[in-house]
Amino acid sequence: MFTIFGKFVLFLQSMLVRRERVAVLWQRTVDEAILIGVDSVFIVAIVSAFIGAVTCVQIAYNLTNPLIPKATIGYMVREMTILELAPTITCIVLAGKVGSSIAGGLGTMRITEQVSALEVMGINSTSYLVFPRMLAAILMFPLLVILAMVLSILGGYLAGTLTGAMAPQDFIEGIREDFVPYNIVFALIKSVVFAFLIAGISSFKGFNTTGGALEVGAASTGAVTNSIIAILIADFVLAAVLL
Amino acid sequence: MIEVSNIQKSFDGNPVLKGIDCTFETGKCNLLLGGSGTGKSVLLQCIVGLMKPDIGSITFDGTVYTNNKVAIRQEIRRKIGMLFQGSALFDSMTVAQNVEFPLQMLTPEMSNEERRDRVEFCLKRVGLENAGPKMPAEISGGMKKRVGIARAIAPQCTYLFCDEPNSGLDPATSIKIDNLIHEITHEYDITTVIVTHDMNSVIEIGEHIIFLHQGKKLWDGTKDEILNVEVPELKEFIFSSSLVRAAKRVDDEGGLAAITDEHGANI
Repeated sequence: MFTIFGKFVLFLQSMLVRRERVAVLWQRTVDEAILIGVDSVFIVAIVSAFIGAVTCVQIAYNLTNPLIPKATIGYMVREMTILELAPTITCIVLAGKVGSSIAGGLGTMRITEQVSALEVMGINSTSYLVFPRMLAAILMFPLLVILAMVLSILGGYLAGTLTGAMAPQDFIEGIREDFVPYNIVFALIKSVVFAFLIAGISSFKGFNTTGGALEVGAASTGAVTNSIIAILIADFVLAAVLL
Repeated sequence: MIEVSNIQKSFDGNPVLKGIDCTFETGKCNLLLGGSGTGKSVLLQCIVGLMKPDIGSITFDGTVYTNNKVAIRQEIRRKIGMLFQGSALFDSMTVAQNVEFPLQMLTPEMSNEERRDRVEFCLKRVGLENAGPKMPAEISGGMKKRVGIARAIAPQCTYLFCDEPNSGLDPATSIKIDNLIHEITHEYDITTVIVTHDMNSVIEIGEHIIFLHQGKKLWDGTKDEILNVEVPELKEFIFSSSLVRAAKRVDDEGGLAAITDEHGANI
């Protein structure tokens, strides 16, 4: 366990020494941002909108007490979305999509000697392949989480009003009630930490793949599993430290 | 010239290279010959820096490579071109982008036009002037090898390493690849090291051959000398092929001999 952690730290360190030119890294980061960010918009939009909708309907189903105002539903949807559902669930989904893609891509490059080809050319392969992926993930995840927050609350609004669970003005009143801006900052901090964990763990697993196609599959699976576990642990630690 | 001195390498206590000393000469096709598992590829990887030898040193034209400063090793690496066994072309790039890649990374001072000209020249040199826009998945194994050679020579390398350049190719294409490597070696006066176990390559382009057996260098010489060696392991390796046995008899008797099996019977 400690050996693996040590190797992971050395792996991250190797990405920062003998870096490639800034222009090259920036171009690679933009390319990766498209793959990691833009290509994930659809899945994030679908997941977040439905999670918001389901959250709203289920809260409405449980809040049957006439003494509790309907606006509470909107309030709870907002709090749950911003604090937990948008950052954590979105990043768990992204661990599956982006994490497996990073590990599979790097694993394939490793077993087909493309990584060796870079190294023989005198290029720092971790700097060229991993650094832009990590930077792109750190830049794009907060944007995807913001999108998830908006769509999740919108999903909740539509579900609540279209099913007749509550009036539109009740929901609006609820989501404006006792708003704490720090919660947004907290969610964005979580997204940056999760991005680092997903991109770092997946790159590490992919980069250290040995063998053949079977091992690439195993590396992808390992990357997703380990990323999700790391997200859940980090989620708890961040909540305990920052809230 | 590349000088290898007392290179030793072991994995989990199993020695793979047991003190190899050899020299790879400039302007020649130097062949690392040997059966599977004799340490040829490991030695090649130690020379290009993909593996670190346990003991020993490697010198490129007088500059020590092993255990030297990162900047010096980086400088030497930038003079190295390598053709990998599976070609190792970047899947996400076209053929032209693959050839252009080392130029983009290693020679940022080149203008786009100069780079394009160089890519065109290299692709033309390997006979693939029309393959530039294609993706690696759209071309044959032989074409991939030629693209690999074009990519290796694009930054005007001083040392060319080829790891089993004929693996997976038919005999006719293998000879074409061998001849292309041979021509390029002489044209640009580079030090070429080829890992192979293909006797056709030995006969075709073996100007300097180093035979490895169980992690040791047992013999080195030229293709003209190899058929008459008295090293039992090398004889066994060479004459395991009926075709080579027949060629040897043709050579000895000055006529076409029957192809025989290991007991001397006609096949």
